[in-house]
Amino acid sequence: MVSSVAIKTEPLVVNIGPQHPSTHGVFRMRVHLDGEVITDAEMVVGYLHRSMEKLAEERTWTQNIPFTDRMDYLAAMTGNLSYCIAVEKLAGIEVPERAQYLRVIFAELQRIASHAMANGTFVNDCGAWQTPLFYMFREREKILDLFEMACGARLTLNYMRIGGVAFEPPDEFWPQLQALIDELPARIDEYDRLLLDNEILVMRSRHVGMLSAEMAINSSVSGPILRGSGVAWDIRKANPYCVYDRMDFDIPVGNIGDCYDRFVVRMEEVRQSLRIIKQALVQLPAGSHTANIPLNLIPPAGEVYSAIESPKGELGFYLVSEGGPTPFRWHVRAPSLINLSPLREMVVGQSIPDAIVTLGSIDINVGEIDR
Amino acid sequence: MAVATITLSGTQVAERLDASAILEVAPGFVELAPGRLVEACRTLRDDRATDGRFLNSLNGVDRYDYFEVVYNISSLSHNHTLSLKVRTDHDQPEVPSVVSIWHGAHLQEREIYDLLGIRFAGHPDLKRLFLWDGFPGHPLRKDFMSLPGGEHPGLQRFPKEDPRAWGGEFRGD
Repeated sequence: MVSSVAIKTEPLVVNIGPQHPSTHGVFRMRVHLDGEVITDAEMVVGYLHRSMEKLAEERTWTQNIPFTDRMDYLAAMTGNLSYCIAVEKLAGIEVPERAQYLRVIFAELQRIASHAMANGTFVNDCGAWQTPLFYMFREREKILDLFEMACGARLTLNYMRIGGVAFEPPDEFWPQLQALIDELPARIDEYDRLLLDNEILVMRSRHVGMLSAEMAINSSVSGPILRGSGVAWDIRKANPYCVYDRMDFDIPVGNIGDCYDRFVVRMEEVRQSLRIIKQALVQLPAGSHTANIPLNLIPPAGEVYSAIESPKGELGFYLVSEGGPTPFRWHVRAPSLINLSPLREMVVGQSIPDAIVTLGSIDINVGEIDR
Repeated sequence: MAVATITLSGTQVAERLDASAILEVAPGFVELAPGRLVEACRTLRDDRATDGRFLNSLNGVDRYDYFEVVYNISSLSHNHTLSLKVRTDHDQPEVPSVVSIWHGAHLQEREIYDLLGIRFAGHPDLKRLFLWDGFPGHPLRKDFMSLPGGEHPGLQRFPKEDPRAWGGEFRGD
């Protein structure tokens, strides 16, 4: 009898990406399926590898700043900032106070823009096709307009310099920033109402892509994913750079470490970033926006590892100087790459749609993975 | 409220380790014998005083005569950081893998293997991360030519992949 024969399923290999709308760039995942359930997953990266670390060894310390724009192109400010802070530590450069505050303001604006993109594409992956994404793009657009006013670029900003920032923002910048700050809280509340209790979003992301706190720490995961797993670790608090030690803000953490928690953590971080910008605007001192440093800056021989809290996590630079005009070694600790370490553990046992949601919640940027 | 991450000096780290595993104690780091690396890392991770459960970064440096692998480790509970180094030979570079200690080393060791050619003994899945199998050489080595006018081993077409290798369907060239 036909009905008594057990249905035999063969293991199936499905290739997701590299050109796929849900993989956020040229990222590729190869998953092994048993029926609907993922039994193994392997990531394949390198399609955007531009050998920046090698190129950087042939350029001067200042010439390397634009490379950092092209790593995480959705958060170029923090890429600039991390590199400049690392070189300043290596060369022992003091940054003027006004420049420190300007850096904080721009880094936090960048965090809001990056989180808007991350959360927008995340709900896109959950099935809320495009509508919330374009709501969040509206806010991001205004921040990019501000960046354009300050430095003439929208994505590859190249705004930070070793010793400060490139330009003083123009006079029209400040009222527009103030208008954005006044408008954003109501907008974030609107997203909360639209999304936080949305049954579809909760069902698609609760208990999906779970990551325990121990696994997160052991896998060197950082940023909103680590905080989503309940670990209150933020380099802005733990090792304040610029003037974060003068700012009052909280570290939002998740409860169980699923995709929904990461979404909520990012949402809350936008509010905290706004708090920081408001305080920075009140405290902003007068003075120079940059230190006087020579164009052919040559840091003394030595090495430094310095990290900041980028929107994606711990963005660190390991720089080695041999006392020459160019870096001897220029290594980036890229949060997008290292946050993928527990990917297999997170997606095995789920179905493909859940794996897409999990990948969306990690918020990768392939420019930063491949460099 | 002046909180900041404390960088443990080489001497402070060396106190927690078996003296026979240490080759050099510098102000900023401790250099370990490669053979004792995994054991020392396990000690630093599990020791309550060091609590190095978070591996910040792991990377290699080509020093012409030898390779250096640098480990930056922090403790989230004590808010301190420390660094370790191991040296390996330039002709046959090989360092023990620390994936058994920190899962976060998995991709970083693959990256170093890809770009610098340092083998990590005991790594569960050591293969190239960014470049493809068969790519000639390791680009971040100092003797890899990349200047205009030099040899360009990097200027190669990305090879066509045979999908049959991973169970896919072959559609011809």
